[in-house]
Amino acid sequence: MNRTLTIETTINGRRRSLDVAVNHTLLDVLRDDIDLTGTKECCVVGECGACTVIIDGRPMNSCLMLAVEIDGSEVTTVEGLELEEGLSPLQGAFLDEGATQCGFCIPGQLMAATALLQQNPDPTVEEIQEGLAGNLCRCAGYEQITKAVLAAARGVKQ
Amino acid sequence: MNRFQYARPETVGEAVALLEEHGDDARLLAGGTDLVIELRNRWVEPKVVIDLKRIPDLAPAIVERDGFLSISASTVMTDIAEDERVQRYFPALVESAVVVGSVQIRARATMAGNICNGSPAADTAPPLLVYDAVVVVAGSDGERRVPIDDFIVGPGKTALQRGELVTAIELPIPERPYGAAYTRLTRRRGTDLASITLCAGVDADGQARIAYGSVGPRAFLVEDESGILGDSTIPSEDKIDSLDQIFYRASPSLKSLRASPDYRLAMLRVLGARALETAIGRLTKELVS
Repeated sequence: MNRTLTIETTINGRRRSLDVAVNHTLLDVLRDDIDLTGTKECCVVGECGACTVIIDGRPMNSCLMLAVEIDGSEVTTVEGLELEEGLSPLQGAFLDEGATQCGFCIPGQLMAATALLQQNPDPTVEEIQEGLAGNLCRCAGYEQITKAVLAAARGVKQ
Repeated sequence: MNRFQYARPETVGEAVALLEEHGDDARLLAGGTDLVIELRNRWVEPKVVIDLKRIPDLAPAIVERDGFLSISASTVMTDIAEDERVQRYFPALVESAVVVGSVQIRARATMAGNICNGSPAADTAPPLLVYDAVVVVAGSDGERRVPIDDFIVGPGKTALQRGELVTAIELPIPERPYGAAYTRLTRRRGTDLASITLCAGVDADGQARIAYGSVGPRAFLVEDESGILGDSTIPSEDKIDSLDQIFYRASPSLKSLRASPDYRLAMLRVLGARALETAIGRLTKELVS
């Protein structure tokens, strides 16, 4: 019986060959096998969005998939957002707008917002709210988070 | 999660053989947004998990052929909602696909999985019933086509037999103008199971049908026998008795935490009237165009 499987994947631009347990989720592998702990574990039922990563251009809950399923795919985690010159414009906007309170949900919010802006560079407030509806913030910092995404979209830094 | 064997068949035949060999010890994996939760909570402890996503015949695809729009088993909600032909012919299906879970869930969850999981609250069930969808089932004896109304059986139960899997869901493209609309009731907007799911459809002769779920063991499709529900000249308030007849199969659970039976029954009327109005509006638009 195959308890582990070797998968080929690109994570944050780096090609990796990983031996993963077939009954581990992508979230388990990211955090426990390769130390990418920016992706958070929280509800583990797909309701909170803290574990959101971008797979082949779409945001997904890494708690709701087996790691073996990403064989051949391209994955971006929050660690992959930073640019050579520093934080991404979206990350900068989160800081400028005071959108990060306790910070726990922020990696997931950033990944959902990054995917939204890639698909829709000029979203309305309603589109931002829908795009981030799968991400809960227990500090209820939704207004600042929405403002930050808007600011990033407009390229405005205050 | 228990330890299981992970199988990655490359043909439908291989998947069918695995299902025949392992029976109840095997679980099919498409999007996994339901299955992975069941695995983690050990609600299911399969010996084999069969991942269908490496089978070329089941790859995400929406194809028009022989008067049908065929949606393959691994097509996800996002693809369905974004497809221009689904939008044109089956707007109520789009309305049900875009409210499933969240952006993250819709990027992963398949419509075939939504139906096979057998939840009474499955969002896509009512529009598939109204549109007379057909489920394409593969087994060792070949393929069979099952009307969606016969495919859906009860909570967690479908017409699938041992050794069978769904390869596609086909929707007959309406030959005459048709109006349909989907609506639902939830406690909050994002990531919630519906307390009511409802789809109304009206054909060019004004004949109406309504499918509704989350108020009984499965989603039910009921034809309007009064003939007045699809009549655009009759005001909504005069349709209440006919609506109540439509909802005779509703038996909402007392135990549900999402909504009380009384509330669900009262809201069925409201959602029914609302969906009918939208469906009639769409039909009228189609008739004049």
